[in-house]
Parts: sequence; C-alpha cells; structure tokens
Amino acid sequence: MIPLIQREVVTRKKWLSEKDILDVVAIAESTPGPIAVNAATFVGYRVAGFGGAAAATFGVILPSFLIIFVLSFILRQFENARIVKYAFFGIRASVLALVIHACITMFRAIDKNAVSMLIIAGALLSVTIFDINVLFVILAAAAIGLVCTLSTGAGKEADR
Amino acid sequence: MILLQLFLTFFEIGAFTFGGGYAMLPMIRQEVLTKGWMTKEQIVDFIAVSESTPGPFAVNVSTYIGARCAGFPGAVAATLGVVLPSFIVILLVAKVFDKFRKNRLVEGCMSGLRPAVVGLIGSAIISIALSLFTGVDSTKILITAAILAGSILLLEKVRLHPILIIVIGAIAGIACGLAGML
Repeated sequence: MIPLIQREVVTRKKWLSEKDILDVVAIAESTPGPIAVNAATFVGYRVAGFGGAAAATFGVILPSFLIIFVLSFILRQFENARIVKYAFFGIRASVLALVIHACITMFRAIDKNAVSMLIIAGALLSVTIFDINVLFVILAAAAIGLVCTLSTGAGKEADR
Repeated sequence: MILLQLFLTFFEIGAFTFGGGYAMLPMIRQEVLTKGWMTKEQIVDFIAVSESTPGPFAVNVSTYIGARCAGFPGAVAATLGVVLPSFIVILLVAKVFDKFRKNRLVEGCMSGLRPAVVGLIGSAIISIALSLFTGVDSTKILITAAILAGSILLLEKVRLHPILIIVIGAIAGIACGLAGML
C-alpha cells in the first residue's frame, strides 16, 4: 500500500515531500499495528493535527470494513456449496504458498547474524513445540534486541 | 460480554504486533483459535478472502470475526480495537517524531522484533502445513503438494500477483473436485 500512499500524498495532493514519505514508512514499520493504518494516521496528523489523524484513520479502514462486513454474510451463504468447497481446497494450498513467500521475503530483508538467527529459531520453537503465547515471544525478542544493541556500544550507529 | 471481549482481544493484537503483511498472522491465529472464534481451516480460507479484497489483513480479519460473532456492533468493536493502539501510538510518536526515529531504544527493539516475526510466521507455516497434510488421503496430499509447489514457483520466479495465485488454486481445486478426485 505504501507506493499508493506515496502517489496520492506526495505526487497528487502535495501534502508531504518525498523525504517525508521515507519517515512515514520508517515510523509506520516500527510502531505496533497494521502499516497502512499507522501511515494514514501519521500523514493525517502531519497535515491537519488530531482531526486530520482521526479523519485519515477512519478513511483508511472504512472501505475494508464495509467490504468485509457485507462479505461475511455472503460467505456464510455459500460456504457449504460443493463447488466452493472444491475451490477452497485448492486455495488453501495457494495460501500456504503466499505465507511461505512472505516469510522468505522478510527473511531476506533482515540482518543476518548469530543473534537474529537464534531469535528466529527461538521464536519458531517456542510457539511450535512449547506452545508459548506469541505476546511473550514478541516481548522477549524486543528485550533481547534492545540488550544486544545497547551492549554493542555506540560504534555501530550506522548498522542498518 | 462478547463486545468487550472482541474489543480487548483485538486491542491486544493491535498493540503488540509489528510489521506489515503476515507479520500479525501468528498472534491473530493463536488468539482466534484459543477463543474458538474460527477453525484452522477458516483462518486459512480467510487469508485468501483478505488477499482478494482491499485493506490490511489485521483490519479485515477483525471486522470479519466481529461480524460473525456479534453482527454489526461486533464488527465495530473488533475493528475499533485493532486500530485504536495504532492511532494512540502514532499520535504520541508524531509529537516526538525526530527523536523517535533515531532512538537507539527503538532501533534495538526492532532489531529483535524483525527476526522474531520471521520465526513466528515460520511456526504458522508449520501448523498450516500440518493441517493440510495430515488426516487426508494420499490423492489429496498429492494435489495439495502440486498446487503448493506450483504456487511457490510462480511467486518466486514469475512474480505473479497473489490474487492470481489464489485464482489458480481455486481453478485447480474445482477441476480436481469435478474430476472426482476429492
């Protein structure tokens, strides 16, 4: 969604500069919640304060809300039809491929060092084998990353 | 009360998941399965629905589960819950934005979160794969494996759009079903 936001906000409406958009992406990715929602809230705030943030957030979720709300009733009507069951049998395999693809893409983008590999393995095993709550894994990973970054000193400022 | 439970569950998901795409999937999956709001198959099916409709997966799934559990009020409660943490955090961050961006604490947390998300999605992959490949006959396993391998190849090599991958999967499923293989 980021390229779309960029085209609308920078090229068409001229609300923000090209450099601002990079900041938007950085902020949206390092705060909790869906990136598109974070980006919209941030752009709204920069352009028109609290009211702008509220308007932009409302605007970005309204289309999905309406579409999914209507769809939730339509899907219920058809989920037992034979042809729909066949289709979803095939679709499930496609979805697994999409998630694997997303995982590979994210793996390519991270820094590869001993710590990050251990975190990957730790997160994978703690949920798959030990059924540990995902929330704890997230908090623990953030804490480990924090400790490692702070303990390596100020020399690696430009690491990323 | 179901509305409050929907709101609080999705508030927690919105507050503690980072990153785009499927980064939120592992936590959503665990919460939704624990609460009994969806089955494993329904979650996988819904990923397909979400890919084929606009909007972020987290927002789509919250609206969908809210609507299924408690109609329109449920959809509003769940969607509001998932969005509110983003909204509050961004408002706070926007005020101290320049400090936040170069903050070593933030960068430190992110350096741990990025690999964790990869591992967590890996665990979701394993569990989806287990549900697709266990407890079914060998014909179904073969068909699923063929669609899976073909889809990965098309995604990685041909860079086909996700919606086309889903359409191809649907056509393959219908074809096998009508041929009496399912």
